[in-house]
Amino acid sequence: MPVSKEKLEELTKAARRVRRHIIEMTAEAGSGHPGGSLSCADILVALYFHEMKIDPKNPNWPDRDRFVLSKGHAAPTLYAVLAEKGYFPKEELKTLRKINSILQGHPDMKKTPGVDMTTGSLGQGLSAANGMALAGKLDGKSYRVYVLLGDGELEEGQVWEAAMAAAHYKLDNLTAFVDHNGLQIDGPINQVMSPEIIQDKFRAFGWHVIDVDGHDFEDILQAIEEAKSTKGRPTVIVARTVKGKGVPYMENQVDWHGKAPSREQAEEALKALEG
Amino acid sequence: MPKIATREAYGEALAELGEEIKDIVVLDADLSKSTKTSVFAKKFPERFFNMGIAEQNLMGTAAGLATCGKIPFASTFAIFATGRAFEQIRNSICYPNLNVKIAATHAGITVGEDGATHQSIEDIALMRALPNMTVINPADATETKKAVRAAAQMKGPVYLRLGRHPVETIFGEGYEFKPGKGVILREGRDVAIIATGVMVAEALKAAEILEKDGINAMVVNIHTIKPIDEEVILKAAECGAIVTAEEHSIIGGLGSAVAEVLSEKKPVPIKRIGIKDVFGMSGKPEELMKAYGLAAEDIAEAARTLIISKP
Repeated sequence: MPVSKEKLEELTKAARRVRRHIIEMTAEAGSGHPGGSLSCADILVALYFHEMKIDPKNPNWPDRDRFVLSKGHAAPTLYAVLAEKGYFPKEELKTLRKINSILQGHPDMKKTPGVDMTTGSLGQGLSAANGMALAGKLDGKSYRVYVLLGDGELEEGQVWEAAMAAAHYKLDNLTAFVDHNGLQIDGPINQVMSPEIIQDKFRAFGWHVIDVDGHDFEDILQAIEEAKSTKGRPTVIVARTVKGKGVPYMENQVDWHGKAPSREQAEEALKALEG
Repeated sequence: MPKIATREAYGEALAELGEEIKDIVVLDADLSKSTKTSVFAKKFPERFFNMGIAEQNLMGTAAGLATCGKIPFASTFAIFATGRAFEQIRNSICYPNLNVKIAATHAGITVGEDGATHQSIEDIALMRALPNMTVINPADATETKKAVRAAAQMKGPVYLRLGRHPVETIFGEGYEFKPGKGVILREGRDVAIIATGVMVAEALKAAEILEKDGINAMVVNIHTIKPIDEEVILKAAECGAIVTAEEHSIIGGLGSAVAEVLSEKKPVPIKRIGIKDVFGMSGKPEELMKAYGLAAEDIAEAARTLIISKP
């Protein structure tokens, strides 16, 4: 089903708002991970603004689609999306990483409405998503489970334990995204510890694999449709992304993995994100 | 009374409960025949998930199931459950306070012949340090069955510590199990022996040995190590001397938990019977209990020494 021009425009605008939140939030917090938050913004917008069956007024609705942010350091993206969807007031975004905030440095399902799983320690999200997908199958429910992994995160052994299990239990109600921005804290993933070839590895583990441009909504939405119609095995969507996407001085710069912009830098970034 | 391993009682209890509580699901890591989750698996194959030899994913999957209202029992050997997957238990289960029950078998040195790699002597310490976690170490088959039921009925993460080796059945069917409540099994005034798990039977034997020496020993069963029953410990402290007994390292387990309570609220001389900061080895369970100073006579001897130092 082709996506309408209006829809694409709506998503593009939402993604711009989300990116602006990410910059404002991390600048206000004085810490955080803007690079990897910006790289996955379009994926989360596609899911929350188009695909997922959710009810922001009823965050714990049992039949909702689930989302697990396995790369929990991209919490600003999730919080921005949830605030935009109305799970909590946008003013809360200013409290990111501050004492007593509902917005912890990494996602906390007990503190933030709309967060389906507590994450932050890398490698653990896919296992939790598997559990949700198994529960869905067991209960005969039609909800779907989405999980986003970082490419550096694929270096964690638990990811592959979980990948094996998802295929073994034929979790076709589960779709994983890999935010393939090519960078991790210490440098390019291929220099630190190459997880390549990511597609071949997932294929070998029994997954259906789709490659997309992680900043192209048509591409992302089409891949999600393909994942939904794939039966008998889980799907991974390997999304080529740009770390720091949308902020020219952050793009593809490893230094912006875990550093907040200063006030001036934030202003410059927000200017680039106008429109 | 026949000797029954607590893991056997666990398997039976789980299969029984599965009938009553439909939300119970069971996960294992290729050890279902040893942990006895195979009994449940046979009865409820659709609610049993073998996760293979992958304990980190075992815990994470259990967490995910719990977010959807299931009551997962995740089982494997204690060393792998609490050691291999410690951080998954911490971050994916305890921090979000999810309703996962970790029922780990083959705890302690009574694993026997498999040797040190498979003998978990640190698991109570590890699990006790985690916020939101309840730690239960049943003494026999009866207590295990009641503890499994109680664990299923309470909300939040529970660590159930179970053994491989058959142990004497101490309690009759009428025994009432209250999580968090210690049980005085024998009144006494000269010394109190506070024991947990398989050491409860040894403690009772030690009290009989002491009786012959004219020493009147109180015996307390602490099945729930966390939250610990401060009231019963303070009552035991009225004897003026306390011996703790556990099939676990003397660092971080029951002995430490009791010492924490006593040192803050009512300091009395204490001696900890347990594994003295060393690894185990291969051998028959009974041989190992003697070799590591965990036999009834060792408890009795500790009590005798302690009584001399009573103020």
